[in-house]
Amino acid sequence: MSETEWTPDQPIVSIKDVHKSFGDLEVLKGVSLDVMKGEVICIIGPSGSGKSTLIRCINALNDIQAGSIQVEGLEVNTTGLDKLALRKKVGMVFQQYNLFPHKTALENVMMAPLLVLKQPEEEVEKRARALVKKVRLEGKEDSYPGELSGGQQQRVAIARSLAMNPDVMLFDEVTAALDPETVKEVLVTIKDLAAEGMTCILVTHEMGFAREIADHIYFTDRGVIVEHGPPKTFFKSAKDPRTREFLSQIL
Amino acid sequence: MLDAFQEFFRELAQTNPKWNFIYLYDPVQTERVLTGLWMTIKLSVICVALSVVIGVVGAWLQGSPIKWLRMLVQGYIQFFRNTPPLVQLLFFYFALGQFTPTYAPDGWVEVPVISNVGWAILSLSFFAGAFNVEIFRSGIEAVPDSTKEAADALGMNRLQIYRYIVLPLAFRVSLPSLNNNLVNLVKTTTQAIVIAVPELLYQLVSIYNDYSTAQNACMVLMFIVYIVLVGILVMGMNKWERGMRIPGYGQN
Repeated sequence: MSETEWTPDQPIVSIKDVHKSFGDLEVLKGVSLDVMKGEVICIIGPSGSGKSTLIRCINALNDIQAGSIQVEGLEVNTTGLDKLALRKKVGMVFQQYNLFPHKTALENVMMAPLLVLKQPEEEVEKRARALVKKVRLEGKEDSYPGELSGGQQQRVAIARSLAMNPDVMLFDEVTAALDPETVKEVLVTIKDLAAEGMTCILVTHEMGFAREIADHIYFTDRGVIVEHGPPKTFFKSAKDPRTREFLSQIL
Repeated sequence: MLDAFQEFFRELAQTNPKWNFIYLYDPVQTERVLTGLWMTIKLSVICVALSVVIGVVGAWLQGSPIKWLRMLVQGYIQFFRNTPPLVQLLFFYFALGQFTPTYAPDGWVEVPVISNVGWAILSLSFFAGAFNVEIFRSGIEAVPDSTKEAADALGMNRLQIYRYIVLPLAFRVSLPSLNNNLVNLVKTTTQAIVIAVPELLYQLVSIYNDYSTAQNACMVLMFIVYIVLVGILVMGMNKWERGMRIPGYGQN
């Protein structure tokens, strides 16, 4: 049906000619990109260029009007989408962390595997503790989100997403709301993940980080991908005047 | 000891005819007060519980995608919120009561399936429930969409998001207003007197109709009982509120 056979030599996320409008405002005007398994890609661009909308569409948090998005062969743009199947493949981390404020850090991480995957509590707790440790928050298991700093909350949010064992992680400007000194701890966590081979799609304003971590960089402006390439060539020899102007403002 | 106590009030009534605390020395009147008090407590507890259930369910239905369900809830709220509870009690018992089936428990006398106490419970619960729906709705609306979205992105379904994320957070926001409404409900149970529910006010009015000198003493008791009853409710609610407080969230 809407799920075609997927093999790891094909793109894990395949976006083809996606159009998205909010009312009369067309935010995405035919965007296409492919992400291979284990790749880290960064989407950069001025605000309002549609980059956040694009990654929200991958997770079906926004629907699209035309085009195709496939995650491991699962077509996202159909009316009969099995949302749960998609959620199991894709994890997402948000700009505002969006932790559940009435649950401790550990409970935040445990919740989805318990409720959604119906895994046994003992096993889930063991894995959750390991994840909390992995994001370097050992000792904070029983703290409530309100007792944690922004950077700590964001790392709990990453652990919470990882608890669902996703194959692709989406990061939507995850450091944009953080103090400069806590940005680094979150970036280190993402870097660890990327080093382990997790497929990551990031929307970010951290150019230095993008240059360091990304396999491929996409620059979006006014709903289209203007230019893309591996970081080395992208930052050194951007061809399009819009890219050059953006980079000159931000670097 | 008890004798001396009763003797004191018996004499007080003789020397000061305006202060006849008859329920403190006449066992028959004591009995009437106690049954009235028990009825008031039962009415209050049942109506509080029912009205909270109505509030939770109603608030959930208000978020339903089905339009006529939302309209039904809205109509219910408008009816019960915009009309006086006293009129509702009269309407439920005298108007609706005519159309409910009857049965004969002893084979002779036909009695309605829903007694006057039953009608009072229904009427008062729906009255307070209408306010509770709005109170819970405001709590539900205070839960940020982004929090629900995060739960959605983790694969939780609508019911799970409502039960494990929205309700626990909404409840905390709603508690202070809920507190107020439940206090009002407990006090409104006195209006059940108009359909002859033998609660505390009914019993005390009967006592001072029988013994007119007991009027002031009865009113004093009325106030004291309600101050204590509502005081217990408020204390319980405050304790609940403190117990549900989340460290680092909202006011501490």
